[in-house]
Amino acid sequence: MAIAAPSKVMTNVEAVRATLYDALKRDDRVLILGEDVGNRGNVFLITKGFIEEFGAERVIDTPIAEASIVGVAVGMAMEGLRPIAEIQFADFIYPAFNQIVGEAAKIRYRSNGEYTCPMVIRTPYGGGVRGALSHSISVEALFYHVPGLKIVAPSTPRDIKGLLNTAIEDPDPVMFLEHKRTYRLIKDEVPDEYFTIPLGKANVLKEGSALTVVSYGLNAHQALEAAQRLEGEGLSVEVIDLRSIRPMDRKAILDSLRKTHKLLVIHEDNKFGGIGAEISAMVAEEALFELDAPIRRLCGPDVPAMGYALPLEEEFMISTDRMAEVMREMVKY
Amino acid sequence: MTRRTDFDRHGLSDEQLRSILRNMLMQRGLENRGFQLNRQGKIPFASASEGHEAVQAGAAMAFERGKDILVPYYRDLGLALGIGLTPYEVLLSLFARAADHSGGRQFLHHYASRRLGVQTISSVIAAQLPHAVGAAYALKLRGESGRAVLTTFGDGATSEGEWHESINFAAVHQLPIVFLCENNEWAISTPQRMQMAIKDIYRKAEGYGIPGAGVDGFDPIACYAAARDALNRARDGGGPTLLEAKCYRFLAHSTDDDDSAYRSREEVAERRKDDPVPKFERVLVGAGVMTPSAVEEMRTSILAEINDATDRAETMPYPRSDDLYAQVYGASYNPWQ
Repeated sequence: MAIAAPSKVMTNVEAVRATLYDALKRDDRVLILGEDVGNRGNVFLITKGFIEEFGAERVIDTPIAEASIVGVAVGMAMEGLRPIAEIQFADFIYPAFNQIVGEAAKIRYRSNGEYTCPMVIRTPYGGGVRGALSHSISVEALFYHVPGLKIVAPSTPRDIKGLLNTAIEDPDPVMFLEHKRTYRLIKDEVPDEYFTIPLGKANVLKEGSALTVVSYGLNAHQALEAAQRLEGEGLSVEVIDLRSIRPMDRKAILDSLRKTHKLLVIHEDNKFGGIGAEISAMVAEEALFELDAPIRRLCGPDVPAMGYALPLEEEFMISTDRMAEVMREMVKY
Repeated sequence: MTRRTDFDRHGLSDEQLRSILRNMLMQRGLENRGFQLNRQGKIPFASASEGHEAVQAGAAMAFERGKDILVPYYRDLGLALGIGLTPYEVLLSLFARAADHSGGRQFLHHYASRRLGVQTISSVIAAQLPHAVGAAYALKLRGESGRAVLTTFGDGATSEGEWHESINFAAVHQLPIVFLCENNEWAISTPQRMQMAIKDIYRKAEGYGIPGAGVDGFDPIACYAAARDALNRARDGGGPTLLEAKCYRFLAHSTDDDDSAYRSREEVAERRKDDPVPKFERVLVGAGVMTPSAVEEMRTSILAEINDATDRAETMPYPRSDDLYAQVYGASYNPWQ
């Protein structure tokens, strides 16, 4: 009989906290910088108590200036530290755009490998928390176009731990996107021991034979729930959680598609130029004749952001009911 | 040799003084070579820091090789030469050869060398300043006292948000860093008065709670002394300093710019009268540190060195087209795994 490794049940937000804590403990080069990460312990209390244990030199309350939060971290990374820069909400990342896209992503390339930029940029994203226009944005599509960056968007506590460990050890800049709605909603077993999960490896949440659903973040949980409902109706849907957006797991998508011959991509970020566009193009290039139905994308609408008022937020967010409805249509197509 | 006494050398030896002049003449020679190669159609682009020779040669003399870190901007040939960059490396960059620091990817004067302690930069104004602050933070965190970061920028850079953010961050943490503004009065075509409503950039230091000082950017010894004092303060835990060296850009922004469109020839000619290079030659000759013939010999040897570097660099290979795909990530990588 196999003996289970020691583990704890954690929420997503607790998994972020535990992994950051272990990293600070394990490696002197690791430090955290961002707005309110020290005395306040982060607005979600992710780093609460860290400043007392690791000191204000390694848990830095920065001035409110996102370009320099990332830019200072770039300089630290070039000089041998392993900074974890926090952007308090993904909506505040725009002032740092040049430092991420123009600088961090190009350090290795422009110095021909003489300098590298091993750093993590963590940020909470996504809606469903009454965050209004400026605390609910998804930013992955703005950055996944950029060679030199890696982008992770895990959905479970276990994946958060494994992927954040990988991101911290990675020799290049990694953006680590945490869906806010999942922070306290999602709870699961997380092994106590140190482990990593490679970037670019998707996770099949549920096997199925009639439709492939590709998603990530909060939507991955909803897609799983919708697929489980359909199971009761005798409809077999496979659900893939990408986990990593750049690099992305082509093999997992194509292997599944060759079995189901139908593809639905679901993401909260808006449709035009989104992650689903790239997946659809890849499938069209590599497996067009595997398709028995048109690809569909179920995405956030093309509006600037979700509104504060509940009906405006609900209209923006993709409901589990809506997911089940589209899945049903596609299976029966 | 007769020696005059009305000459404050700030502790610099004759050898160091000659080395400063050599740096200044080398800057001018190498930049002239860049323009020649551009006119010959051998390189697509050239730019120069004529008018910046004194501040760069002087400040570089205060830099401690093997200890300090330089985070320059794209008009800093003299600083790079002063900390150990060779003319051959400059020519490799001009010709965009594979052996160049960036593997032929970057424009000229975008150095990157751990050997020299010079960080990689982009051409985006002030984007390198937060990196300099991060490097200074690393030095302080690791308790590496005796080391400091020297970072430079032009007058136009002070308009950027990252300029403010960087100085503010460094001041809050009292980091070992010197911010050196090479104020040449022009941001391509935009004069200082359109960048800011004040005359003395160093006075901005007060707003950040750090020392600031202005210095004659045409006087290499004064620039050396100012940089040395500020770097020593940084190395000793005294925190950051904002220095402003007032100089001038004698030439257009680059070979792609025509400065007669926005400033008069008379203005430039008037400022040329203060050209720091012949002026410093006169200082050293007047002080008896060098004879006129020794200056001529220096010129001749510099030209020979530049010619040799040109010949050697020109014969070096371009990067291979395959090199376009290298060094994107630490391991071989495809966005689709």
